[in-house]
Formats: sequence, structure tokens, C-alpha cells
Amino acid sequence: MVGIKSYGAHIPRFRLDRNIMQMSLLFLGFAPLRGEKAVANWDEDSITMSVAAATDCLQGEDASKVDGIYFATTSQTYALRQNAGIIAAALDLNTDTRAADFTDSTKSGTSALLAAADAIAAGSLNSCLVCAADMRVSKVASNGDYTYGDGAAAFLMGKDDVIATIEGSYSTTHDFVDRRRLEGERLEHMWEERFIRDAGYMKFIPEALAGLTKKYKLNVKDFSKVIYACAFGGAHAALGKTFGLAPEQIQDPMLTTVGDTGVAQTLLMLVAALEDAKAGDKILVISFGQGCDAFYLTVTDKISKVKGKKAIKRNMANKVALGSYEKYLAFRKQMPCEIGIRGEEALFTSFSVVSRDNRELYGMVGFKCKKCGTPSYPPQRICPNPDCGAVDQYEPYRFTDKKATLFTYTSDFLAPSIDPPASYGFIDFDGGGRAGVDLTDCDANALKVGMPVELTFRIKYTDEKRAAVNYGWKAMPIVA
Amino acid sequence: MAEGIKDKVAIIGMGCTKFGERFDAGPQDLIVDAFVECLADAGIEKNAIQAAWWGCHMPDISVGRGATVLGMALKLPFIPVTRVENFCATGSEALRGAVYGVASGAYDICLALGMEKLKDCGYGGLPLAGGMGYKAPLFMFNMTAPGGFAMMATKYFSQYNISPQDGKMMLAKVSAKSHVNGALNPKAHLRKEVTVEQIVNAPIIAWPLGLFDCCGVSDGAAAAIVCRADMAKKFRQDPVFVKSMQISVSSGEEMYYTKWDGSHVEPGYRAGIAAYKEAGIKNPRDEVSMAEVHDCFSITEAVTMEDLQFSPRGKVKDDIDAGRFNRDGAQPIQIDGGLKCFGHPIGASGLRMMYEMYKQLQGKADKRQLKDPKIGLTHNMGGFPSMNVVSVCIVGK
Repeated sequence: MVGIKSYGAHIPRFRLDRNIMQMSLLFLGFAPLRGEKAVANWDEDSITMSVAAATDCLQGEDASKVDGIYFATTSQTYALRQNAGIIAAALDLNTDTRAADFTDSTKSGTSALLAAADAIAAGSLNSCLVCAADMRVSKVASNGDYTYGDGAAAFLMGKDDVIATIEGSYSTTHDFVDRRRLEGERLEHMWEERFIRDAGYMKFIPEALAGLTKKYKLNVKDFSKVIYACAFGGAHAALGKTFGLAPEQIQDPMLTTVGDTGVAQTLLMLVAALEDAKAGDKILVISFGQGCDAFYLTVTDKISKVKGKKAIKRNMANKVALGSYEKYLAFRKQMPCEIGIRGEEALFTSFSVVSRDNRELYGMVGFKCKKCGTPSYPPQRICPNPDCGAVDQYEPYRFTDKKATLFTYTSDFLAPSIDPPASYGFIDFDGGGRAGVDLTDCDANALKVGMPVELTFRIKYTDEKRAAVNYGWKAMPIVA
Repeated sequence: MAEGIKDKVAIIGMGCTKFGERFDAGPQDLIVDAFVECLADAGIEKNAIQAAWWGCHMPDISVGRGATVLGMALKLPFIPVTRVENFCATGSEALRGAVYGVASGAYDICLALGMEKLKDCGYGGLPLAGGMGYKAPLFMFNMTAPGGFAMMATKYFSQYNISPQDGKMMLAKVSAKSHVNGALNPKAHLRKEVTVEQIVNAPIIAWPLGLFDCCGVSDGAAAAIVCRADMAKKFRQDPVFVKSMQISVSSGEEMYYTKWDGSHVEPGYRAGIAAYKEAGIKNPRDEVSMAEVHDCFSITEAVTMEDLQFSPRGKVKDDIDAGRFNRDGAQPIQIDGGLKCFGHPIGASGLRMMYEMYKQLQGKADKRQLKDPKIGLTHNMGGFPSMNVVSVCIVGK
């Protein structure tokens, strides 16, 4: 049976308290919104968050078997250049992989997942990775500004050893205009909240639920968890009542803890549901966009074998208060900031270099000497071991999954950064190899020589003149 | 069998501009000022110079590339001019070219001139100037010069179990000593004494290095005229003789292999050994009277004392605490204020170091004059602790 083989998630470390937002924005009007939202670091976007979620998902899985990658977002970095291709490069997937971007609608995450399931059912793919992420930017003090959170979910879809089978689906499409953004625009527009709530969520979610239960002759009581998208906490609760769901059947939409993560919302909820699921559970998922995708799953006994995921619980445990709305604006380039004239120096991008050295730069693949076993990064054609020096006796060697420790570091106030000081250091990999890397998601005062670190795929810099967002691997302290 | 260059070449003239934020002077002013002093000091005519070596690390932000810069600024009469560049050791590289030109027998008299005009870039610290290639921003981390060397301080403290507080105090003494010396030098960029407390409490630039752990970023130029040793006394009675001139360059082992400890500079150690061998020095701690070393940051000077075998490994703190490297100590270092206070116009720095050794050996160092120094050493490093070039030159009477 086709289904989910593995899951993963990424919820960024920063949280922004809506009361703090309110204090900065009161002059524009009162917004009665509670809780906090997850805020991606300045060096994250929907691509990097997807890589993090996919890394969590592929932990313990054989990435070399993956033959498809589908990426869903409404906050895509590139409008022309396949975003899924960048994720595939960061994961160092085989080049004979089918990649596709799913976009435009907040339901495109479930569309990607269902498309992957169909491709596997049809026999054209065996193992398809589905990533869904959003990092939406809205006008200051808009509803989206307050409610949107950032996050990513990833699923590995396949046929064998699945932890949950996809039993059936039902989709609707309505040209319902809740949110919109034209090609070339950065900030989205939204119609009246009451309209979106009453003519949108309150109408299409019940329609999808009714459609699916009728099609498969099911009752809502059959499901141990019901997951449905909703941007509004009150409406989410009201829908639960309408459906006659018991409180324990309703999967928390995380609106006050993470925020409305758009494309990722229902899929992050699905990760949370799977994290607590047991064999035999039935889970219903209903996304929302211009219409809905509804599908339901049955959890298998393989669920008990899932171990060591960051998923929702470990991601949620690793949180730090951002503490300032202005810092959020600076991270999202919503506010011009002085980072020093040094920061105005042009950083150029050569795409022939990016293409030629793609595995090295995006995959962090170096060489390992076949003669003496010394790994090197960046890849060295002549073995750097002074007692070896073999020429062209190497094989590719990927560093991202190796354990590493901080060899030395500094936190630099001279280096231009939107979040000074810029921390960086040298790291030594277990099994050999040393690399100089930026450090991210860290407290500069907590860095220590010898501390364990893990690698994370992040934005290195944006080259606006050449329309380039450039990525690479950084290190961050390992959080238990 | 290679013989080396000991006592084959003499320095007969030197010049050095005032270093500093020379918003008043363009690159041509600096080049000509250093040259005019140098030529007058040598007491020769310009036409006696047979070849020249020109050093500038970042010509793209000042004068542009090529050797024409020097030939045309000085109106040299169509003689051979070579532009050299080797990070912050560029000045020593220019001198090495001129010395080897004479030592080879190809020329009798050569000129070396280094200049850097950094302060037209609009910001503090070294300009970026895109010097690491198209791949650098994609591959390298967000490293600055103070950050690159701060990582060596972090590692040094960790390796030798020195608390950050004690480590910062050790480094503060290094800088305080150079400020005392720099205050006496009219050509120095920074001419104010500062206390150890001021240094320790200064704003952090790159942890653990603070403002006073970092050298001045300066404009300036320096020059030398060298000739065959056997003809030097024709020009002056007090020429300075080159005893050795060595350079060591990273093999990549430091970063691509994992044996390097991160708390010393391997090419500094290697260049020292090679230079001592060429000069016939057996015990550098006792035989080297004085040195100008590459104190781009306080930690660099501290580690260099160990790399050059002036202090035992891991023990430099004892010598710093004992005042060994002060002007009145057993082995004075940075008598002219060093990079710390004289300043660091990159292409000129190696020649500026030699300028102080030359003046000290001639007894012309004014208020900074040491009592009868015999052997002077310059140590000029370029790059970062993890990948660098280090030039060590030894001179004597």
C-alpha cells in the first residue's frame, strides 16, 4: 500500500510574542491576537527549512533510493530556477530524480503529497520526498503579519514498510480569493477576514469533509485525529463543534504556538499526529487553499519503529524569544538597516561556479583519499595528509551527516551582519576533515571549544544585482 | 650546492612616510615621499638604480595593477620593474625581489618600494576588495581579519588552559607595550599610551579581541635601496647587511588535514628555522637583539614569540609578564610601535619593519634607540593563521 514511510519537521528557533508586536504596532490599531509565532532566522527561507525538515525525515532512511522530490510553498525563493532542485542538491539526491515545485495555493502541500502517492501507485516513482514550507511576508500590522508563522514539514512516500497508508482522497477547487499576490510582488494582499472565515473555511472545510466521508462511507467518529486547516483560532474551534468532534479528536492547529504556516500548516499537524499515533489509528487531513484536499490515512504497526526524529516535540523544545518586532522586520528586509559601509561591498555570484561546484557548495561533498582514508573539504585532488599526498585517488565523501565538534570560533562585530556579532569557526568532523563555517542558531556567549555541532543548510548571502540567493552549510550547536 | 644569501647584499638607503589615515595624501604622494627619502639616504642618483620591485596588496582600490604604477610615478628610465603581491607580506616580498636581484649577480643596485592606500574605502578594518576570487563569497564564511586571528586566541586560551580574563590581560600587555613605543615615534599612526585596563575594557571587535588588540589600518609607503655587499661602503659607512631572507607558505595541511593545533602559525615556525639556519643563528632567544614582528593582532605577536623560538611553546605569558619584550627588556619587540601603532599599510609594512631595524643598527632611532643592537629580525605574515605566508628577514652590521 502506498503511504508515508517517514516524516520530519522544522520549526525555526525564534518565537515572536504577539504582545511584543502589539506594543510596536499599537499606533496602527489594536489587534486582539494572542500567543506567539515561529520566526525563521534571517538566513532561512522555505528552501532551507525544507532541507532541515527533509534531513529530519531522511534520518535513518536511504537517501540514495529517493527518485522523486516534490516541493510545495507559496513563498518560493526563485520564480525561475527550480526550488525543488536546490533542495535536491542540498540533500545530494541522485541526479536521476524527478523534481517538481507545487505552488500558488496554501493547499499545494497536500496536492504535492497526493501527487507523490499517485506517482508511486502508478509505478512511475518508488520513493518520493515531499517538502512543504512557508515563510510568508505581509504588510506591517496586517493580519498575516500577526498570524503567519514559519515552518516546514517533510514526508518520504513509498510502497513498502509504510508507517501510514493513504486510503483515499477527495479534492475541491473554488476560485475563492482569500489571499493573492501578483507575479513580481513581495507582499501579499488579503480580503476581509470575516469573508475568508465565513465564506471560506466555514464553507469549504465542511464540504470537503462531507465529500470524503460520503465517498468512502465513513463517519467522523472513525477518525482518531482530524486535521483541518484554519487561520482563525475561533473558527477552528467552531468547526470542531460543527463536526461533532470530541476534543481529543481535534489536532491542535498550533496557531498560538507556531502560527499559520500556510502550505505547511496541515502537514505539520500531520507530523504532530503521527508522532503520537498508534497502529490502527485513522487520521483525516483537510487542507485549505482555493478549495480543499481531503485525504485519510491508516497508521500501521511500523509506527512503533520511528525513533530519533526532531519532528514537532524536539523542534518545539528548542525555542528562543526573538524579543523585538523590529528585529523581525530587519530579518525580513522590511526595514532598511545600517550594517556598515563594509556591508555595501558587492558580493558577486558566478553561476558557472555555482553549477560546476554544485555538489561541493550545496551538497557539502568533499573527497576521501582511497589510499590513506583522509577526507578533505573542500575537495582536494592531492591528498592533504603530508605522509600520503596521493594524486587523484579519491572518492566523493559527504560531510553533512557526520558528527562534528567546534575546533575554535569567534563572534565578530566587524563582519557585516543583520544580527551581529557574526559567529563562525572551524569544525572537525568525526572520521576526519576540517571546515571553516558560519555558526547560526546559537548564543555567542554559549560557544565553547570542543562542543558538538551539527550542520544546517542556510542562506549565505543575497546578491540582489544578480538576482541570486546563495546557500551553503553552516554549523549550529546540537540541542538535546 | 645552494649557498643562501648571507652577507651578499647590503641595504644602503631607506625611506618611510608617516603612516596613518592619510586623507591628505594620494597613492602617488606616498610613493614619491618614501622614494625621495630613500634616495637621499642612499646618496645615489636615480639613474644608478638598475631594477625595481613594487609591492601593493590591493592595487585595485588605489592605483591599479601592473608595474607601470611605480615606473611612471618615479619616472624610472625604462628599467625592469616587477609588481609583487603576497598578502600582508607584500612589502617583504618586494625587498626579497630586490635582494635576490642583486644576489643573483644580475644587478648591482636595486629598489624595493611598497605602498598601500587603504583609507579610501569608506569603512574601518581591511577593505574586502574581492581578493579571494569568484568562489569566495559562496564558499568562505563571513570572516574578517580580526575574526580570523581571534579564532587563534580562542584556541590558544583553550589549549593552554588560560581563562578568557587572564588571556585578555596577557594580550593587553602586548598592546600596551607597543603603545608606549609608538608614542615616541613621530611617523607612527597611533601615538598615545593606553593602560592595560583601557585595553581590556575596550569594545570587542571579534571575541576575544577588543579594539586595542587590533593594529591600525593605515596609508603609507616605505622603500629600500640595496646593493652588492662588497660595494656598500662606497656609499656609506654604516650599511646594513642581509643575513637571511626566508619565506614559508602554507601547504594546506592546516585546514585540509586535522593535525594543526590552531594555536600557532606553522609557516612562522618554519620560516624562522630556515632563516636562523641561513644566518647561522643557533639560539634565537639570545642571539636576536631585537625584532619587528607581524603584530596585526596582539595574539599574533604572542604566538609569534613562540613560533620564532624567543619563548618556549605555551609559555609566552611568562615572558610578557616579565617585560622581556619591552623596549628596556632583554629582547625588545616592536620598538617603532609595530603594526599596532605605526600602522599597517599592507604593501609597505614589511619594508617599514626593516626601516626600524636599519635605523636601530645605524644608531639613528632617536628616542627609541636601543643600546648597540647586533642582530635585527623582521617577521612579516600574510593571510590567516590557517592559511598564510610568513617572511623572516635577519639583518646585522
